[in-house]
Amino acid sequence: MSPREHRCAGDHAEYRRELRQYLWGYGLAIPLTLLPFGLVRWLALPQHGLYLAIGICALLQIIVHFRFFLHINPPRQNVDDLHLIAFSGLLLFFMITGTIWILTSLAVRTG
Amino acid sequence: MSAATPLQHPGINLGPAHPETEGKSGELLFGFWVFLMSDAIIFGLLFATYAVMLHARAGGPGPARLYDIKSAFIETAALLSSSFTYGMASLALKYGRRPGPLLCWLLATMCLGGLFLRLEVQDFITMLHQGAGPGRSGYLSAFFALVPLHGLHVTSGIIWMLAIIGQIARYGVDREVKLGLLRLGLFWHFLDIVWVVIFSFIYLGGLA
Repeated sequence: MSPREHRCAGDHAEYRRELRQYLWGYGLAIPLTLLPFGLVRWLALPQHGLYLAIGICALLQIIVHFRFFLHINPPRQNVDDLHLIAFSGLLLFFMITGTIWILTSLAVRTG
Repeated sequence: MSAATPLQHPGINLGPAHPETEGKSGELLFGFWVFLMSDAIIFGLLFATYAVMLHARAGGPGPARLYDIKSAFIETAALLSSSFTYGMASLALKYGRRPGPLLCWLLATMCLGGLFLRLEVQDFITMLHQGAGPGRSGYLSAFFALVPLHGLHVTSGIIWMLAIIGQIARYGVDREVKLGLLRLGLFWHFLDIVWVVIFSFIYLGGLA
């Protein structure tokens, strides 16, 4: 057991570090939300550019949420969690692209 | 200090200051993480269904007529801020000595979640008044399968929060309360990620 004062000082540094994490998360998520809303509100880009910008901002914001709010931090993370995320991501990728591919192809062929 | 805890579970780690949760939290949170990932699969498939049904309008109204960017924006701001206030509640749980700040942050999170739900229900009612209910077209069926399901998740998150506040009032901040708050945190932040996909691909994609 470390002395109590020692632990309090360590706690305080740890507290500031974790508070910064949440502030970073919030601070990065706000512009990543404002940007696509602003672009769409004022139709600042041609349609394909808008789709691309919305997609990139969404992807970045998802990464920010995973990193700063859910504290998924690969080097220190339990490897089971990372496997599960990778596996779920793979399933989502196959299911979503497969569904869209097959059903749009079906719609084109029968429509 | 951080060298003593090499493996982290998702969400905030309470660490050695909360010895009663040690050894138990990693296992419980992994189980809850499995649930969240399977929930993500459900949402993912509903997104795929929505993408496929987007043009199946049967002559009914489309996204450009039905979605309101202003209310989608306020909903997004409310839910994002609630994720941040929940983070503050987690810090109050980990470092606070008394339950006061923890309860305040939980109440703030609940208010923001409630504001989100209030606006979302208003959106749905407006759509229903325009004759755009789930029975109108394949596109609207897919919309009403996906977006209100997320709203139901938020509702259950708020009910869960109320239950934990009741537990705190009755038993204080004990081990069960701490483990519950850790899991609820994962749930709440996860719902915000699902909402990021909803506002990006459904609302903004529909209005672009």
